[in-house]
Amino acid sequence: MNLIHNIPFFSIFLAMFAGIVTILIKDGDKARRLHLSITVVIGIMSFILLMYTYTKEQRFTFMMGHFPSPWGNELKAGPLEAMLALLFSVVMFLSIIGGKHLIKKEILPEKQGFYFIMMNLIFGAMLAIIYTNDLFTAYVFIEINTICSCALIMAKDSGSSIIATIHYLIMSLLGSGFILFSIAMLYSITGQLLMTQLKGSIMVLLSSGEYNFPLTIIIALFTIGIAIKSGLFPFHTMLPGAYDSATTASSAILSGLVLKSYIILLIKMYYCVFTINMIRQMRITNLLFFLGLCGMVIGSLLALKERRIKRELAYSSVAQIGYIYMGIGIGSDLGIEAAVLNIIAHALAKALLFTVVGRMKDVSLSQDFNHCLKCAAHKDPIAGIGFLVGSFSIIGIPLFAGFASKLYLAIASFISPAKMASAFIIIAASMILNAMYFIPPTIDIWSPVHESDGNYGPRAKVSKSFALSTTAFIAINLLVGLNYKYIVHIVDIGIQLMH
Amino acid sequence: MKENGGKWEKFFKWINGETTIDSVILENSRKKRFAKRKLRHQKAKFIALRLKHSKRRIQEIICIIVAVVFIGILLKTASELPTCGKPDNPVNNEVSERYLEKGVEETGSINLVSGMILDYRAFDTFGESCVLFTAVICVAMLLKRDKNNIDPIEDQELKEDEEIKNADGSLILKFVARLVIPFIFLYGIYVILNGHLSPGGGFSGGAIIGAGLMLYSTAYGQENTRRFFTYETFKKVSATCLLIYCFSKGYSFFTGGNHLKNIIPKGIPGNILSSGLILPLNICVGIIVACTMYGIYSFFTKGDI
Repeated sequence: MNLIHNIPFFSIFLAMFAGIVTILIKDGDKARRLHLSITVVIGIMSFILLMYTYTKEQRFTFMMGHFPSPWGNELKAGPLEAMLALLFSVVMFLSIIGGKHLIKKEILPEKQGFYFIMMNLIFGAMLAIIYTNDLFTAYVFIEINTICSCALIMAKDSGSSIIATIHYLIMSLLGSGFILFSIAMLYSITGQLLMTQLKGSIMVLLSSGEYNFPLTIIIALFTIGIAIKSGLFPFHTMLPGAYDSATTASSAILSGLVLKSYIILLIKMYYCVFTINMIRQMRITNLLFFLGLCGMVIGSLLALKERRIKRELAYSSVAQIGYIYMGIGIGSDLGIEAAVLNIIAHALAKALLFTVVGRMKDVSLSQDFNHCLKCAAHKDPIAGIGFLVGSFSIIGIPLFAGFASKLYLAIASFISPAKMASAFIIIAASMILNAMYFIPPTIDIWSPVHESDGNYGPRAKVSKSFALSTTAFIAINLLVGLNYKYIVHIVDIGIQLMH
Repeated sequence: MKENGGKWEKFFKWINGETTIDSVILENSRKKRFAKRKLRHQKAKFIALRLKHSKRRIQEIICIIVAVVFIGILLKTASELPTCGKPDNPVNNEVSERYLEKGVEETGSINLVSGMILDYRAFDTFGESCVLFTAVICVAMLLKRDKNNIDPIEDQELKEDEEIKNADGSLILKFVARLVIPFIFLYGIYVILNGHLSPGGGFSGGAIIGAGLMLYSTAYGQENTRRFFTYETFKKVSATCLLIYCFSKGYSFFTGGNHLKNIIPKGIPGNILSSGLILPLNICVGIIVACTMYGIYSFFTKGDI
């Protein structure tokens, strides 16, 4: 018996358990504290798991129940999964303490308990999606993820948030439907649901040439389903409204983590079920590459046009999702590694940006429009610095986390001349566009309300939890930006072990 | 006449030397220009409307094309999938073979479906119960009465409803409900308790009990239902059932994953007290499903349980 092997199972069950227990807690503060302590515990456990799997270079399976793999459920964990679990717990923890005041202010006291139930359940569901080795389990937890994300958006209970929720729900359900279709068809041609066995059956089918057409459609449906759920370019319309109208912590978690959990599942499917060579032969990678490039440019252009800061950040997420899909679309191990690196960098930077923007909206008197955030950085300098760091990371300036991912994307695109040329041009264009849409709000938040008098107004009251969260976010962004080689190494081992 | 009067007025003003002829001409030309501009504006508006209309039209056409292509692709795929019910289908492999041949022996449950969902693949079912829980909490979050969604008219209507129910309204419904409800509950409990022996189980039995609760609430009003089922009971009961599920399955996963011995006895297949954890889990799932169904119903109709 090895206790470390139990960590994935403990993490999922702990989060789900916390979600169930929270319904009995009346007080919102207690519910929040329970959630925060659970994230800390899961974070520590994931760190131990990461160290263990990284030093041993091992990816192990954990049997969920008394029946071995084609009959019972199974979890599988390696360095990549452990690192993502660690990332998720860190971002979750910091986003919640950073957005604590706004959660208290914007959500009715009697409904804060419900909000944290959803937070716990979505955390558990994301962990389950990362760790599971079973396709149907993944689908069940995708369902929980979908419902909880809608709940997180509508928690604010304003008209706009309800409309945004309906939009988000419709798009998400469309994606879920595609995924369910593809899982059902895959089951009918292979008779398996566990990823390991599925891979074997698909290899047999490929060599015999049987069910070739359905197999292509299955992969396409699965990819489209995940693309819709993670907001890839033509399917991104649900994001801006949702992130704009949700409370800060929800926006941070939805854009930083929830979208990513689906992409991780896609990567796992490409490695553990379909194999990346097959995806490349079917030219699905080319499609993803093209859509990724479109997303990078169009997301940035839309962000440039936007006047509301949170919508601008949402469009910036669309562009970043484009980067990730471009990495997957390169279709080599290096490309996927770069994509994972971008997932990490974007989760850290975007969660920071949303937290900071929420705080700035809170301290400035009239909110929402860029020009109304004027002088917000002087009212809370930590928020201003946080905004700078986050935007630098998104733009891809060296020393910050986003730089490494863009560098690796560029390196990975060496695989083919056509991809290299287009990737280089579009990355350069997108980075310039990123800088262009981040400059106006940055100038606005640092400049005085009236140009002539140079009056910055009084400082806002320091919020300890916000300061702690932002400082930690900034530190982690810098740390990842400076030590990206270690992270690349972990991701590399994780991807190699998935083959 | 008024316009005329206006003109004459200007004329008199000019004669009196209050304005110059230039300004009158200027004003006239300005009016003309304004009229022209208005016309142009209207034209532009009209064209924009037409364009919007045609854009919508194009969108509709694209939607139809996409849908038709999609339907075609899916039909083609479905036609290439293995025919349903053939013995040499890929689905009939070692997985279903073991479920069918060793299911009774390994899970202790005669109903193989129960054995499959609550023992072989219990983790999925745990997820499904959590989906139900999430759904009902989501509905509560959205519809539970609070200061944002209280409406005096709705309050009045609800009060009137209750009054009608307490008076001798809906007599037939009440009479039939009184006859039927005990049997519905009994049948639901039977389906749940025999989930491991005969077709049925937690999900179906819970749905039956939930339907019974809804019928009771419709016939006798919410006030009467609250005598035995309030929001507090709902919370406590569903949380307890989920926690029992969480812990008992957690124990079984823990022992299974670490290759420890499971001390829960399987019993003799066919007895009511058999099949290890399946019976208690069926009861838990049944209660969760019943609570969820009734919860969603009453949040949608009354905004509270």
